[in-house]
Amino acid sequence: MINHTLKITHMPKEKFEILESTCVPLPLENVDTDQIIPARFLSATSREGFGENLFRDWRYSKTGEKNSDFILNKSEFKGKVLVAGKNFGSGSSREHAVWAIFDYGFRAVVSSFFADIFRNNSLNNGLLPIIISEELLKKLHTLIQNDPSTKVRIDLEKQTFTILPTGDVARFEINAYKKECLLKGLDDIDFLLSMKDQITVYETNKSMVK
Amino acid sequence: MVRSIKDGPDVLYIDRHYIHEVTSPQAFNGLKQRGIPVFRPERTIATADHNIPTKDQHLTIRDELSRNQVERLAENCKTYGIEYFGLNHSKNGIVHVIGPELGYTLPGMTIVCGDSHTSTHGAFGTIAFGIGTSEVEMVLASQCILQPKPKKMKITINGKLHKGVTSKDIIMYIISEISTAGGTGYFVEFAGSAITSLSMEARLTICNMSIEMGARGGLIAPDETTFEYLGKLPSIPGVKDFEKALSGWKTLKSDEGAVFDKELVFDAASIKPMITYGTNPGMGIAVDASIPISDVKGNNPSASFIKSLDYMGFKPGMKLAGHPIDYVFIGSCTNGRIEDFRAFANLIKGKKKAANVTALIVPGSKLVEELMKKEGLIKIYEEAGFEVRQPGCSSCLAMNEDKIPVGKYAVSTSNRNFEGRQGPGARTLLASPLTAAAAAVTGKITDPRDLLND
Repeated sequence: MINHTLKITHMPKEKFEILESTCVPLPLENVDTDQIIPARFLSATSREGFGENLFRDWRYSKTGEKNSDFILNKSEFKGKVLVAGKNFGSGSSREHAVWAIFDYGFRAVVSSFFADIFRNNSLNNGLLPIIISEELLKKLHTLIQNDPSTKVRIDLEKQTFTILPTGDVARFEINAYKKECLLKGLDDIDFLLSMKDQITVYETNKSMVK
Repeated sequence: MVRSIKDGPDVLYIDRHYIHEVTSPQAFNGLKQRGIPVFRPERTIATADHNIPTKDQHLTIRDELSRNQVERLAENCKTYGIEYFGLNHSKNGIVHVIGPELGYTLPGMTIVCGDSHTSTHGAFGTIAFGIGTSEVEMVLASQCILQPKPKKMKITINGKLHKGVTSKDIIMYIISEISTAGGTGYFVEFAGSAITSLSMEARLTICNMSIEMGARGGLIAPDETTFEYLGKLPSIPGVKDFEKALSGWKTLKSDEGAVFDKELVFDAASIKPMITYGTNPGMGIAVDASIPISDVKGNNPSASFIKSLDYMGFKPGMKLAGHPIDYVFIGSCTNGRIEDFRAFANLIKGKKKAANVTALIVPGSKLVEELMKKEGLIKIYEEAGFEVRQPGCSSCLAMNEDKIPVGKYAVSTSNRNFEGRQGPGARTLLASPLTAAAAAVTGKITDPRDLLND
């Protein structure tokens, strides 16, 4: 568990506790991080501002007009929860994908399956990746399509995901360490810095083995 | 492992950390904000590769944002005491090409880089995987990273490969069989006679694309081929006594009877030259086969499948062979090593580039470029009408000028055929260097077995 007296060496991240929100549905499978943020927008050297190019090539036509068919351009779908399809976030390790989703205003992504690196990156940036069953995900997509005002409630402490109008409740998994980080707005670097002595001991032992 | 956290991830010590210009600036910003140094600068190696031009590298980078990123990397390396192989340095190149060829990647190491294709280094029997920028910052700050334990998968490929079938075809075949999510959550060990008979270069290609099946990483146990490769390197940084190091490396292999969470076996003889038809690396078929009617067996295709074929301008059930193409790209961390350029050269030798094809020939590193010159490959390329460029990631992700135009078809030896990957609207067909060479000289999708020189 995290040492609660850790010295915080930076601005704490936004805490994640309870989130109640409408959803934006994106029911496509295998959405890769190149779609979330195309490579040509990776030349920035700060973490901010990637939201405006989130899903750039789906959101805008080749001539730069808004593509009215794309979900982010449909005014009836709003909210802090992105409801995605299976195998979301595959491909490139670019953390910019998570920064773009967060910067746009999402605080949770729901899917039946996430790519590993994307899931780690999300947890490191206060974006909660929630895995629910494929059946429930399908049901949720249908509900949102039929009624964009469909709300969900995410309780990180209890690890529950609730579809409010139907009362469907699913428990989601998150490892205890990461959960505490999110609840408190802490990050791994504080934890790792507090371990420097142990790391040095490890290095010494290792070089003796060699 | 430094420490195991109860119910949490393990603290994993990182032996080698590679960085590049695109995923490191925000990590260095983090160190600055905290006012902390790089904990073990000698364990990090930096190169500029992702956004750099592949022509006129001696001039200033024209694109302002790219130039700024590369300058920031140079500055950060200087400030924090990190070895940096910048543009025009004799050791510059794609991070996953230079690591092995310069002897920085060694058996048994833990290796990370802010790049998903870090899995490449697993070919040397390392634990190597891609990380995000927050994790790059962790490694810079503490030389450690927090990692949950992955599950273990073993993929065995037995038998002998047919002529004209390469390691790229092996890995594309596996991904087409198990999908881009088939390896998610797993670390994969590749084994079997078809793997152990491969050269180091070919093994690097296999491990490189293990991320394309979703795997955290891929590895191959080090053997005589590995040791011979390492023994031939002019020097290995940090290794003074090769024989002593060698005896350590020889102990590295999965224990007899090791238990894997999942085991798959394939037959090398059933693999043909592969090509992709869709917009993820799992959408691959043999180059002489037809595009499937649906991605759901016995059912209507999914929305993703229809969208994908629409984007590619293909129809379900159609044959790809004979379809005209516009571009050919050989290079990248997947197929940008000397063997790849030899294979391509062997096929185009004595032939001419098709008039309708624009070719991007991009060595993976300065060393590869040098070898191409030394071996007379550049001359073969030029005689066939191909221009060889300077090293970099280039058209694999098209962060620089090497973009494929809207709607154009590119047979590419890279690793990803995602929508827009090689430029907005670009249509990528992933293939081996041999299949790319066959397309380059015929101007259409062609089975390389029809054109092989002996």
